[in-house]
Amino acid sequence: MMPSRRDFLRTSGVLVVAFGTGSLTLLRVSAQGPFGTHPSHIDPDKLDSWLAVDTDGNITAYTGKCDFGQGILTAQTQLVAEELCVPMSRVKLIQCDTDHTPDQGTTSGSQSTPANFNDENLALAAATAREALMSMASARLGEAAEQLTAADGVITNKSGRSVKYEELIVNKQFHIPLNPKAKRKPVTEWKVLGKPVPSLDRPALMTGRFQFVQSVRVPGMLHGRLVRPPNMGATLVRVDESSVSGISGLVKVVVRKNFVGVVAETQQQAITAARRLAVQWNVGPELPVQSNFFDYLERQPSHDTLSVDSGAARAKLAVASGMLSARYAYPYQMHGSIGSSCAVADVNASHATVWSATQSVYPTRSVLSKILGLSIDNVRVIFARGAGCYGLNGADAASFDAAVLSQAVGKPVRLQFSREDEMKWENLGAACVVEHRAALDPDGTIAAWDRENWIASLGNRPGYDRPGNVISGFLMGYEPEPFSPEHASAPKGKLRNNSNAVPPYFAGCVGGECQGGGRIRSERSLTHTVRSPFFTGPLRSPARIQNTFANECFMDELCERAKDDPLSFRLKHIEDPRLAGVLKAAAQAASWQARAAEIASNTQTGTVSGLGLACVNYEGDNGYAALIAQVEVNLDTGVVRPVRFVVAIDCGPVSNPDGLRNQSEGGILQGMSRSLVEEVTWDEKRITSVNWATYKTLYLDYEMPSVDTVIVDTKDGRAMGAGELSITITPAAIGNAIFDATGARLRTLPFTPERVLAALTEWRERSTRLTRVWKRPTLAIQVQ
Amino acid sequence: MLKQIQLKVDGQQRTVAVDPETPLLFVLNDELGLHGPKFGCGMAQCGSCSVIVHGQVVRSCVMPVSAVGEWEVTTIEGLGTPEHPHPLQQSFIEQGAAQCGYCLSGVILTAKVALDANPHASERELRDALGGVMCRCFAHLRMMRAILKYAEAKRA
Repeated sequence: MMPSRRDFLRTSGVLVVAFGTGSLTLLRVSAQGPFGTHPSHIDPDKLDSWLAVDTDGNITAYTGKCDFGQGILTAQTQLVAEELCVPMSRVKLIQCDTDHTPDQGTTSGSQSTPANFNDENLALAAATAREALMSMASARLGEAAEQLTAADGVITNKSGRSVKYEELIVNKQFHIPLNPKAKRKPVTEWKVLGKPVPSLDRPALMTGRFQFVQSVRVPGMLHGRLVRPPNMGATLVRVDESSVSGISGLVKVVVRKNFVGVVAETQQQAITAARRLAVQWNVGPELPVQSNFFDYLERQPSHDTLSVDSGAARAKLAVASGMLSARYAYPYQMHGSIGSSCAVADVNASHATVWSATQSVYPTRSVLSKILGLSIDNVRVIFARGAGCYGLNGADAASFDAAVLSQAVGKPVRLQFSREDEMKWENLGAACVVEHRAALDPDGTIAAWDRENWIASLGNRPGYDRPGNVISGFLMGYEPEPFSPEHASAPKGKLRNNSNAVPPYFAGCVGGECQGGGRIRSERSLTHTVRSPFFTGPLRSPARIQNTFANECFMDELCERAKDDPLSFRLKHIEDPRLAGVLKAAAQAASWQARAAEIASNTQTGTVSGLGLACVNYEGDNGYAALIAQVEVNLDTGVVRPVRFVVAIDCGPVSNPDGLRNQSEGGILQGMSRSLVEEVTWDEKRITSVNWATYKTLYLDYEMPSVDTVIVDTKDGRAMGAGELSITITPAAIGNAIFDATGARLRTLPFTPERVLAALTEWRERSTRLTRVWKRPTLAIQVQ
Repeated sequence: MLKQIQLKVDGQQRTVAVDPETPLLFVLNDELGLHGPKFGCGMAQCGSCSVIVHGQVVRSCVMPVSAVGEWEVTTIEGLGTPEHPHPLQQSFIEQGAAQCGYCLSGVILTAKVALDANPHASERELRDALGGVMCRCFAHLRMMRAILKYAEAKRA
């Protein structure tokens, strides 16, 4: 007899419905390993929470870092296989399920590699397990552990006697804590890690079989659709249910404060009902005017943070001759996932199970418990991959919406956003303005640099208890993170450069200790966080891409003022050898010549070409990258066309070079799209970028540049993140290449043809007045 | 109003009882349980719902199921299986030509139809054919490489 769905939910991992020849068949697609769910699976200090040996000696491992397409499932499988000395085919990795995996917070911020590939968490668990097995084998074989070798799940002594893992610990738990002294296998001995293993999801993806959250179906499932307000701040007046009374299949109209949705038997019926439902709203307040939004940002009350403040910077600049200042502006941008966000929720009077593409299963469970009024122990969140999210897209919001709809009807509900629901209400990548002031010493190095930025913020990830940080929770009546203006206090403790507000050329001295990696000691970096009229949230390289665009372009302006070469000028201001290392590696791979050509100030027509350079130490401690962009600029049309990128990356020991290259290429091309075309628009009432006609992206017909990735494989360092390295420096490298090609400096993203033409006109007028043509140094740069 | 509709999908004859105005995509996903074609925008702007109908790539999110008629529907699942992928799918596997992979129905089926129509299509012509297809992870370079390698092998 077929077990009930509840039984499956209780006993299995992911429950999905697969379809055989016409009839429904229940499949358990994800077994949870040999022990089932037990309390130790939640305690990260216990080995059994991370890893189990099955009856056939295969390894089941549990991770709280999940795969959205960035390849971390494959890399973590390599890690476990490496440490346990088994082939990858004998490792099964269970990812992000609150019934089975440890709470590792959110899979974000390029933190999966730092967290799980060094000396903690999954890596430490795997090393602990190997040592425990060796120790058991030592007792069994009567020989010291150092005399034993392990391969393919078998431990052998010098005389050839052997014992299999499953004979040592068959169907038993380890019952030991993670051992902080357990030794990872040395990088030089790696056989599986460090290799370009093809990502494990490829065959299922390429043949359309892969189970995205959008394909999850459960028996008795209904379909939801939302009716979002006309704009931000609108409040519900009245819902006229009689407007949809005749629609077949309609199950319920669900209202909760300003949240309105419908549930119907089919998607089509839900869409029809949502479209026809008559809803009256009080429209929200007018929005700040987009055309001068960056001025608006600078005038708002702000919450201020000083990352570094030498005191001397502003004093020096006050008396400096020839101070250089510039303002850079970065627009709101979208995650714009290709698949609109989706979740499936099954909520009854006491329990909830939600299949979600969230990056944060445990925080989502906690928030769902709050929204649904259920005990947290009775809420289960199971990660199922959605379309690429690049940060906080609509996945969390959709999970809350689906759960509330399901609770209202007492049946499972699948909810997928419309394209407009997705784009109009997502937590946008933040708009940001950066102002720089700096001056040079007589020797052509930077004497002092003062910078401040204004970044828009409203909401964020919901975390464990803040549903109002995304639109769904907000409409249900929860408040976003409160905003309170505050003056900055003096920086203290360690240098914090998580947002890359401190350029890598700053000495970064806080409390007498200088950790910035640069040489500039007259330094200040001040951040003003300003309340945003739209929800904002982490979008691939949040704040870091905004700050780095401004920092690296302004560094180029200073270089121009010093009449120096962009590479040698950077190297003069860097002490950190690894940042210098990636700069030199990129320069060598691109055959960088100190820029010898004169700026073609007289060229008025045709296509010109230029090279631009940018670099970053991501988050101040999470990976190094340097990028050289070659672009062509059509002086008649203003169209910018990147033709070549060369990037050098140093993120410590690399787990999977092919995965790293895939991330590097995708990051640069996505960064290119964000540099050239992506910008959220709005009118006086609402966001007007609501589909792919009104929010631009580069389609597959775009003639893409070549991308070469040079991996600087620092085997003895800590493993660092790589997914956000290349994108962070792409806007600046392109902007600097446009300058190199034309002499015009673009300070506002994206680099649209209109902005390029305007900058060219402005520059021509100025350069005619100043006859400002300089000859670049001709010497070749010594690399390596 | 429900109506019995006969469909030939991925080589199999299927019967569904649906509102004839239902988009083909919802029928493929919800009635026939296919995972390959996916809802992306519902406006024929992205390509993730692409299927082949009568030898042409169509956006199943905007095609009413009643418009399919006798024509055969081929989805990315009908092209090949994980065990026996179509050579174009195999080329994508070898090149690792995806990140999240949500867009692949549009990319793979559009390229297949373009090369079926013109096996000697140039890179430029293939790009033009892919003009309405997007990949937000920007795996563009690997995808084009996979398509060109397949085209080369097909011609050989």
